[in-house]
Amino acid sequence: MKISIQINEGPYQHQASDTAYQFAKAAIEKGHEIFRVFFYHDGVNNASRFTLPPQDDRNIVNQWAELGIKNADGEPELVVCIAAALRRGMLDESEASKNGIDGNNIHPAFRISGLGQLIEAGIQSDRLVVFGD
Amino acid sequence: MTTKKFMYLNRRSSFGTVYAIESLEVVLIAAAFEQDVSLAFIDDGVYQIVEGQNADGIGMKNFSKTFHALGDYEINKLYVSAESLEQRGLSSNDLMPLVYEDEDDDWAEKPSVKVVSNAQLSKIMSEQDVCLSF
Repeated sequence: MKISIQINEGPYQHQASDTAYQFAKAAIEKGHEIFRVFFYHDGVNNASRFTLPPQDDRNIVNQWAELGIKNADGEPELVVCIAAALRRGMLDESEASKNGIDGNNIHPAFRISGLGQLIEAGIQSDRLVVFGD
Repeated sequence: MTTKKFMYLNRRSSFGTVYAIESLEVVLIAAAFEQDVSLAFIDDGVYQIVEGQNADGIGMKNFSKTFHALGDYEINKLYVSAESLEQRGLSSNDLMPLVYEDEDDDWAEKPSVKVVSNAQLSKIMSEQDVCLSF
């Protein structure tokens, strides 16, 4: 089955991202395809490459990155909503230079894009599963 | 393009959390994809379409006026839970008079908002392909 996932909450504060990760991992192990994971609302904070949990805790961002969810062209399919990201200070290199900001924090396993990617995921996938409050 | 039935389920009031405005942003983007779109308002979500909202005193954007634009995007199925209204001392008279122009009926102006029971809403939800909950 082709599955897409929407994550609406930030890491560590809420179980949404952890549960979604366990779900995605289990689905892949069972032979399903994760078409796209879309990060919205505070969920965009799951893409910060500056995330540094204590050593005895899981690194949620790296866990997502290690799942290696990509499309046929090799582009990441961990997609961060651009509007939600920019208003929360989450920037990739291109948005940082466009806005004259001296740093960027999106992990390279993720990419920034628009809300249309969420709708497209809903159209293309057999299931869209939403994790959040 | 495949047409699917998309429902946006709004469960929270306008300003306490970001969900309401970011849900509306998704709905407006989704309009470009020519899908069969409906919105549902339950629990505190019914406050999102109450008439006469004013955010001046809290320094936030009053986005409730944007709901009036939905009719122009052919988004004209807005279901409101009767039970959620009643629990909050509200009635359909407290809601914004949201309308759309029906192209199959000589562009007659018709109401977009339908107050339905939770049982009816549950049936409508079960008929959807994609249900996004905010």
